[in-house]
Amino acid sequence: MTPFLPPEVLPLVFAGLMALSVLLYVVLDGFDLGVGILLAATRAPEERDRMVSSIGPFWDANETWLVLGIGLLLVAFPTAHGVILTALYLPVALMLAGLILRGVAFEFRAKAEDPADKRRWDRLFFTGSLTAALSQGWMLGRYVLGFDAAPAALGFALLSALGVAVAYAFIGACWLVWRTEGALQRRAIAWARSGLWAVAGGIVAVSIATPLTSERIFARWFAFPNVVLLAPLPLATGALILGLHALLGHMPLPRDALRNLPFWGATSLFCLSFAGLAWSFYPYVVPDQLTVYQAAAAPESLTLILVGALIVLPVILAYTVLAWLVFGGKARELHYH
Amino acid sequence: MDPILLARIQFAANISFHILFPTVTIALAWVLLFFKLRFNATGQARWMDAYRFWVKVFALSFALGVVSGITMSFQFGTNWPGFMNAVGNIAGPLLAYEVLTAFFLEATFVAIMLFGMSRVPGWLHTLATLLVAVGTSMSAFWILVLNSWMHTPQGFEMRDGVAHATDWWAIIFNPSMPYRLAHMLIASGLTVAFLLAGLSAWRWLRGDRSGGVAAALRTGIVMAAVLAPTQLVVGDLHGLNTLEHQPAKIAAMEGNWETRGNVPLLLFAIPDEAARENRFEIGIPNGASLILRHSADGVVPGLNDFVGEHPPVAPVFFAFRAMVGIGSLMIGLGLAGAWLLWRRRDLPRWYLRGLVAMTFSGWVATLAGWYVTEIGRQPWLVTGVLRTAEAAGPVPAGSIGLTLAMYLVLYAGLLIAYVATLYRLARKGEYGAAGDHRAVPQPA
Ligand code: HDD
Ligand code: HEM
Ligand code: HEM
Repeated sequence: MTPFLPPEVLPLVFAGLMALSVLLYVVLDGFDLGVGILLAATRAPEERDRMVSSIGPFWDANETWLVLGIGLLLVAFPTAHGVILTALYLPVALMLAGLILRGVAFEFRAKAEDPADKRRWDRLFFTGSLTAALSQGWMLGRYVLGFDAAPAALGFALLSALGVAVAYAFIGACWLVWRTEGALQRRAIAWARSGLWAVAGGIVAVSIATPLTSERIFARWFAFPNVVLLAPLPLATGALILGLHALLGHMPLPRDALRNLPFWGATSLFCLSFAGLAWSFYPYVVPDQLTVYQAAAAPESLTLILVGALIVLPVILAYTVLAWLVFGGKARELHYH
Repeated sequence: MDPILLARIQFAANISFHILFPTVTIALAWVLLFFKLRFNATGQARWMDAYRFWVKVFALSFALGVVSGITMSFQFGTNWPGFMNAVGNIAGPLLAYEVLTAFFLEATFVAIMLFGMSRVPGWLHTLATLLVAVGTSMSAFWILVLNSWMHTPQGFEMRDGVAHATDWWAIIFNPSMPYRLAHMLIASGLTVAFLLAGLSAWRWLRGDRSGGVAAALRTGIVMAAVLAPTQLVVGDLHGLNTLEHQPAKIAAMEGNWETRGNVPLLLFAIPDEAARENRFEIGIPNGASLILRHSADGVVPGLNDFVGEHPPVAPVFFAFRAMVGIGSLMIGLGLAGAWLLWRRRDLPRWYLRGLVAMTFSGWVATLAGWYVTEIGRQPWLVTGVLRTAEAAGPVPAGSIGLTLAMYLVLYAGLLIAYVATLYRLARKGEYGAAGDHRAVPQPA
């Protein structure tokens, strides 16, 4: 198909699309992996059932954003795709094993007769969710520093692994605040409150460590006038954290008011952190190695995909909204009929 | 071990595990739609009973299909970085269209199909079921377009070792695509036909004669009777297409070494690649010539024309016989069952036992078929364009071996859990007799 966008814009558009699907993935699968991690925080079978049914109708579609993100990387930046996936070979495999366990545990636990069997699948559910979260965080850490293998860089990756797992558990807790009621909701509020401070600590640690370990990123943030122009980003993040803290301290409110606000607050926090990372990377698709321009595929092929994406994405959005409406409200037991 | 070999084994293991579940979900989605529509039209409880049981099987298969599919979407990058570098401009858009048009559709509407029956109006639930069925078939379409293009590439030009698309129409409707798509969709139909019939026959033999069991049993038998003979015809046409475009693959399938006429159809032989001959040949005289050229002295290509350029002979040869052998059994059982049903006979025990034995035969035939196709393409990854060895990545053998072991352990465990769960669901009397609605255990 003849390209209708100038060739220098196309890679940027695709980098944007890819970033969008990764962000959507991190928020959406983030909350359901987080709920999986939180399964370990309760022993009551009914509470676990309720937690799992709150994410049952969503996880598959949520995970599809990962397929789209990795697919866009594959199709738009084939060279980068090879470099990244071969550098992250082992954590990718570990993440996949985690996602496999988590995904099948949904079905198997629902069909288990024996409570002991069910507990076993619950353990796999938790292990899978945690493994996936930790490996994603590890990969993020490795990626940010351009796959540097020095001990300090690996320490950073470890920090990032923990940070992502904690962040997922936090947004998972916020989801449960929205989607559950009664005792479980109160526990979810407590989880979210302690999770919030762990997340804040993680954001601070990563924000300090990243510029210290990479000169390029240091220059991006602290050179004049960037340091002034970018100041709203950390300020907004700080304000959001304080606001969330105050809100969670008063929940549950009468008539369960504002029940979904923590979740949207957590989502905003994810978006702000993501924006900070994106600014650190731009214009690299493999940090310090390949820019989006160097790695891009042929413009004709990209144009063909772009046309499809522009037509189909609004449709996807529409039926995603439909599904969210159908499965809105507090988690009930899920029935196959 | 050689990293390329390990990467190939890993890719083959992953996709073999993956394809088991799409093979079930593609056709089962349509069967569920059929049950639902029958129920809507007749109001008979047996159709809803059948729906309720098989939707559980569907949900389980779908989950396994999704998680193994996610793995597949990483396999190109981790195992074959050279593949995307060389043909990414063609493979990329096809894969992207699969995600955009099929995966999101399936993933979203499957939630409404599985969990929404009590939350949405009946028509919307039926529509969701239809959209899931459309989605699974559409995803088969896109991935088979890509796979067929790898076998019979056209519509592109090479610039500096990289393929650039010149004609998307030619790429999508490449010569082997219609045959491969039809053959695979029917393979899915047959797999589900024997799964339905086999599991239902098992229940029937154990004394559950409820309406839901009977409905699924009949549906399976009728599907088998219609689809199995069709598959023979489509497979034959597929073979003729391969003869035209990939003669070395046909030579390996037939175990034919010299290009010549009057080639027998080998029922059994042990191809010996070192000696370049077959041992213990048993064949039907002129059979292969008749099938492929429609005349007794028709010339069939031989492997010796492609020395160093043809696939390993034995796996292709045996896998082909496994597929066609199972296909023949399917035709026999399908037609026998249809005859028994038509004459309104009770299904005899031997027949039901035969169905039970064939419960998972579709899986075996499907895997065998894919092995014929994929191993038969070697040494090429994209016929005439890219060799498999050229596509391998720099990952060390140790890492590949480690992850391969991890996948194998995981897959073995999941496969056992899957089959065990199917039998447990069937044993529990999930159907309930029509009218007697035993509580169906709810998924949480
Ligand atoms: C003939 C059919 C067929 C074949 C050959 C393949 N798939 Fe597949 N795949 C499907 C048919 C399918 C499906 C029917 O659409 C699935 C199975 C069950 C399901 O949930 O969707 C699916 C699921 C599925 C998913 C999860 C989608 C989701 O999130 O809902 C991914 C990412 C892939 N596949 C990727 C692949 C790749 C990269 C393949 C090849 C190398 C591949 N599949 C071969
Ligand atoms: C779905 C059923 C499929 C099965 C069971 C299957 C099986 C196999 C097997 C056994 C191999 C190894 C062949 C060898 O190395 O000797 C292979 C290779 C391969 N297949 Fe498939 N395949 C399937 C579908 C696909 C599809 C749909 C695609 C792509 C669109 C694909 C792409 C490849 C690639 C890239 C390789 C690796 C290179 C190679 O070894 O040839 N396969 N497959
Ligand atoms: C009954 C006679 C059958 C014949 C003559 C036949 C013929 C063929 C041929 C010639 C191929 C190789 C295509 C290529 O060159 O790449 C093939 C592949 C295949 N067969 Fe069959 N087949 C038969 C039955 C079956 C059955 C019963 C199943 C499964 C239930 C099946 C599933 C497959 C699959 C999945 C493939 C690989 C995908 C493809 O290339 O279409 N076949 N078949």
